[in-house]
Order: sequence, then structure tokens, then C-alpha cells
Amino acid sequence: MKPPPFSYHDPSSVGEVISLLGELENPKLLAGGQSLMPMLNMRYVMPDHVIDLNKVEGLSYIEENGGTISIGGMTRQRELEYSDVIRAKCPLMYDALLQVGHRQTRNRGTIGGSLSHLDPAAELPTVCAAHDATILVQGPNGEREIPFPDFPVAYMTPATEMDELLTGVKIQAWSDGHGYAFVEFARRHGDFAITSAAAMLEVGGDGGITRASLTVGGVSAAPIRMNEIEQALIGQAGDEEKFRELCESCREIDALGDVYASSEYRQHLATVMSRRALVKAYDRATGKA
Amino acid sequence: MGESRKISLSVNGKTYEEEVEVRFTLADFLRQQLGLTGTHLGCEHGVCGACTILLNGRSARSCLMLAVQADGQEITTIEGIAPSEDEMHPLQEAFRDNHGLQCGFCTPGMLTTLIEFLGDNPDPTEQEVREAISGNLCRCTGYQGIVAAALDAAQRLREANGA
Repeated sequence: MKPPPFSYHDPSSVGEVISLLGELENPKLLAGGQSLMPMLNMRYVMPDHVIDLNKVEGLSYIEENGGTISIGGMTRQRELEYSDVIRAKCPLMYDALLQVGHRQTRNRGTIGGSLSHLDPAAELPTVCAAHDATILVQGPNGEREIPFPDFPVAYMTPATEMDELLTGVKIQAWSDGHGYAFVEFARRHGDFAITSAAAMLEVGGDGGITRASLTVGGVSAAPIRMNEIEQALIGQAGDEEKFRELCESCREIDALGDVYASSEYRQHLATVMSRRALVKAYDRATGKA
Repeated sequence: MGESRKISLSVNGKTYEEEVEVRFTLADFLRQQLGLTGTHLGCEHGVCGACTILLNGRSARSCLMLAVQADGQEITTIEGIAPSEDEMHPLQEAFRDNHGLQCGFCTPGMLTTLIEFLGDNPDPTEQEVREAISGNLCRCTGYQGIVAAALDAAQRLREANGA
């Protein structure tokens, strides 16, 4: 099992990457390689050119400024996992990262690679959906920003054009002390989740929820925000039975089915994962967990 | 023979200058071109962990990297972890003493993974060890001996470092 023959390019600047994308026929961008390399080894993809992003300067950073967290596309999952900024300002991402693959794959895998690959069950796109992240993209006509809801256009298909490069992500931090939880159901630790749920809650002094975000991953073609549940959560206290009742609407998600899990099973898991995520997030927001 | 490149890298402290086909994985390069067959290949798509090596001290799957990407980097394989020809690494000793291997196929990946992990976390819990090796499949031991060996090695390394 070997990759098919290709030409290899290792540009050092974003500008060179964009030029190469414009010039070359059938190119493929190589970021951390933790998805593309298996696909090359198994010859699921047969690019004529591989453009390696590992030597491109300026794409690996984690910065925080006035509540906006900026992350470079080539930032490795390990760097995010060990980042004080992420742990303090985006704890949902930290929770999720511990479930992304394994130590050896997080050492190589990047956030930009994960977002571009856009596996419906991947954790980082689900976190970006939960946070209403903004995707930064560069192409021949300069930079543009894509709000996350517009980023997935179809199954494993991001809104980046063929001659564009995902250069980074911007995430708005929630207030200090908000509750968060990323829970998933997978057959083994580190496997892609069959279904995952990401919850964030802000809770007022009277115990009522003042702000809510609930995202389900692995069920549809892309992570899906449960807007109706979010609205219904406002003003609620952390009653598990109420959460259970609200999460029943996850059974209406247009769900994928495959040999591992039928669409009905994924819908069922979505109700359970959503409830668990909300309970854990509420407990964290109120200092009980 | 497809496109190839000249690369220079350090493997187990020795510098190699080699011409390598660009589509070659690092694992195949180590095994076939350098003859370092201690790095094992199980699944060749990033699931089994047998091919784990240390890239600049960090564990990585050598089947999920191209050899050309190792240009200018420092690689450590299982052949490079013992301090000398007739001495074993404390982790190797702990694996021997705790029945941490049977067929030995997964062992190179287990050891390279654990070397990095115990560097980051010198006093781990059993649960942390199990999570650290969650990306390494063993089909013989049921993991009990491996986990015991890792905890034993952690203690030996702490003692050796005077903790």
C-alpha cells in the first residue's frame, strides 16, 4: 500500500501556495497529513501534485485579543491542547481536543487540515460551529472571511475554492465562567465519533440560562446547530428532565446511516449526547462540576 | 521510479544523506532504504500505531509522513532508544520484567509513544497510561502487562532522575 506517484512542492509562503494552486493541474494540499496520508496510501485520492504546507511561514499561531481568539491554519492540535489561551478562553475546544485521535496524530494534525477535510464526525468543525467561528481564506484576489454556517457546502466539502487556502480561524470567546461540554459516543477512544454534542451555556445569578449554544456532530453531512433548542433553553434552570424533553427534537435531524450506525440510531444518540452535554455544561457554569 | 529528492536527516544521532522517491513514506524509507526494520508497519493508514517514531522528540506515525518531510529533522526509532549496545532503556527493562510483550509486533510503537508520554508526565495514573497508548493496538497481551510495564518504567525513570 503506497501513495501513487506525484510531484512534490514545498513552498515557503502563502503567495507561492496560491500561485501553485492556480498553475498546477489536480493538486492536493498536505497539512498535517493525518487524513490525506491514509487516503494517499489507500489511493482514495490520486493527485498529480502534492503541495506541502509544512514549510509555509506564518500559519502557526494562537493569539487572543479583546476576546477574539485567532488560530493559524497550520497550528497543530497538540499546540492547541497545550495552549493556556485555549484552555482559559475556549475550554470547549480543549474538551474536544482530548477526543481528537491520539497523542501521535495530534502531534501532527492541524486545525486547518481538520476543517478542510470536514469529516462530519470530526471534533474541531463541531467546535467551530458551536462558537460561530469565522474561517479565514486567501486566494488570488486576496483575503476573505467565511462565517462558519456558510463553510460546509456539502458532505466533506468546504466553501473554499480550488485556488484558495484556508489560512486561519477566528473564534469569539464566551464570558469567563460559562459552562461547556463536548461529549461523544465512539466505539473506541480516539475513533471518529458516531455522534457528538457540544454545548455552551451562560447562566445568570438566579440559575436561569441566559445564552445557549448546542451543536450535534456526526449525524448530518456537517455539524448542525440546534437553534430551536437553544432558544427554548433561555430562562430555563438546569433541570435534567426539561433538557431531556427539549433534546427529543434531535430525532428530527436529517441523519446519515451507514454500516456502523443507522440514521435512527444516530438520531437517538443525538438526543442522549445533547442532554449529557447540556447537563455537564450547566453543572460547570454553576460550579457543580 | 517517480520524482525523487535528496534529503539530509538525523536518525538515532547519525546523519544520512539520501536520494528518496517523494511518494515514499517515512516508514518505508526507514525500513527499506536505511534497513532499520525495528519500526513495524501494521495498517499503513494511521490506526495501529506500530510505526510510531519520534520526530524531534514528539511521537508521530511514520506511515503518515513522507520521507521528504523529514529533511533536516531528527528522528529516533526503536533502534535508537537504548543507551548502548549492551544496555537497555529502563522502559525496555520494565517491559521485559512485566511481560509487556508477547509477539513484539506493537512494541516499537508502544515504547516510542511511552518515551514521549513519560517525558511529559513522569508520574501518570493508570488511566492516563491507558489513554496515552490508546493509539497503539496490541493483539496479544490484553494491555495489562503493557500498562504495568509503563507504570513500573515511570517509577524507574523517576528514581534514575533522582525524584
